[in-house]
Amino acid sequence: MKIDKENVKRVARLARLELSDEETATMTRQLDTILQYVAKLDELDTSDVAVTTHPQDAVNTFRPDETQPSLPRDKALAASPLQNGEAFVVPRVI
Amino acid sequence: MYTMTIAQAREKLARGEISSVELVQSVLARIDAVEDRTKAYLALDREGALAAAEEADRKGGDSPLHGIPLSVKDVFCTKNLPTTCGSKMLAGFIPPYDATVIERLSDAGAIMLGKVAMDEFAMGSTSENCAFQVPENPWKPGYVTGGSSGGSAAAVAAEECFASLGSDTGGSIRQPASLCGIVGMKPTYGRVSRYGLVAFASSLDQVGPLTKDVRDCALMMNVIAGHDPRDSTSIVRDVPDYTTMLTEGLQGMRIGVPREYFGHGLDPEVDRAVRDGIAMLADAGAEIVDVTLPHTEYCVAVYYLIAPAEASSNLSRFDGVRFGHRDMDADSLIDMYRSSRSQGFGDEVKRRILIGTYALSAGYYDAYYKKASQVRTLIRDDFTRAFEQCDLLVSPVTPTPAWKIGEKSDDPLALYLSDILTISANLAGIPALSVPCGISQNGLPIGMQMQAAHFNEGILLKAAWNLEMQNGLNLKKPTLP
Repeated sequence: MKIDKENVKRVARLARLELSDEETATMTRQLDTILQYVAKLDELDTSDVAVTTHPQDAVNTFRPDETQPSLPRDKALAASPLQNGEAFVVPRVI
Repeated sequence: MYTMTIAQAREKLARGEISSVELVQSVLARIDAVEDRTKAYLALDREGALAAAEEADRKGGDSPLHGIPLSVKDVFCTKNLPTTCGSKMLAGFIPPYDATVIERLSDAGAIMLGKVAMDEFAMGSTSENCAFQVPENPWKPGYVTGGSSGGSAAAVAAEECFASLGSDTGGSIRQPASLCGIVGMKPTYGRVSRYGLVAFASSLDQVGPLTKDVRDCALMMNVIAGHDPRDSTSIVRDVPDYTTMLTEGLQGMRIGVPREYFGHGLDPEVDRAVRDGIAMLADAGAEIVDVTLPHTEYCVAVYYLIAPAEASSNLSRFDGVRFGHRDMDADSLIDMYRSSRSQGFGDEVKRRILIGTYALSAGYYDAYYKKASQVRTLIRDDFTRAFEQCDLLVSPVTPTPAWKIGEKSDDPLALYLSDILTISANLAGIPALSVPCGISQNGLPIGMQMQAAHFNEGILLKAAWNLEMQNGLNLKKPTLP
């Protein structure tokens, strides 16, 4: 067993997910199977291998730092589940 | 009329023999006749499509897709149509802008019919993870379309549109194209803009066409390929006219057969169909060579760490604040995030967010994400070496033809393993396509995968077109009501 229920609960908390006890049990079993499978990578010695994080050789892509038209506020707010015409509304934070 | 290809319909439109309104009416009637069976469309814009067709007829024009009705996977932002990504999280979401590829289709004169079904957030290999409906394979009732672009593949195979756009992160265009007997291409990473594509795994995602034949694939590529300043990962590079690549004869082309792609678990019928296809490519003049991609057996493990890791980051934007589902009853911000996400996401999405978060978390990063990124280099190097010996790699797309809906849905790892032949192309960023090469005794299509070096889409199209000329499978259609 590489991953247990406590691990899964901790990771769910980090990922801002809530799992029922039943979901936690199922996910623990499935994640364990998957993680045991991916441990296959340990067969390979990669100590001298560089990482590939991106399949192209392009490095940094910049555009000129100029002001451009952006989404008008009403359109940016339109899809929000809760807004007051000026801002997104969220539960009290402080 | 709905049975034509884009190329045929364009010719008739240009000669004034038919109108775009007639084309749209024909396709809408076809949708009414078969949609109960295929369940491809999540949103259909009848009025919008007819109005656009009237406008196209009135204005006239000879742009490459002028007056042609298309569908797109529900993963692309469309200004006037809901964009759900197959998820309850985005039910009813109407984006404030169009994806670049949607603008390009529209600028080329295409008529938007609607949005088609997909696995939730493009995570899946059968489209069964769609939160709203599960599309069915037009070739056999009760069989999967493949995924995640299953609605696109079903709609094109059942001729409910002339072509569709999909996205491919680990085979999501090629695999459903193969299982539904049509052509599907994942272009080179960076060839097509992803601005307005809802992101799944950003170092792997690419947009591409699903079409009735190879010529239409080339036509669609002409329209969607090219640099976009709004997508910093799109590459500044000229786009050739892909239709000029469709010439007869493969003399001088070296075609590599990677031995690892014909291994354990390959259905004998698939093996035979692909080998028959290879013989046809040899008949057309190609030289066939054996090649090896020694790290193929590691690609599933690499993919199912990298893709979930990137997804866990990309999907953090769904927090109930700016768009999408929100739990209105939660009284603290953290609770609101947690319950909104838990109610909005389906099981497969949660599973991948958890794997990805775990693989990126403190103490595990080196063992999982970094290790996978190193093995990714080895996989990429395999392709570099293979393309020193050949111009093109051919193989099956999937180890088996389509299977029954529900058959593999309880075993995530078994499904992940069925992606083994398609995910390397995404890890390496190379172009790849699926083209029909046979039909099983059970009446299910079988596809051949072709992969080429970066930006060699033209070689893929040329080889696929030569195969299609010989096997004529583009003319073979499923029997539907």
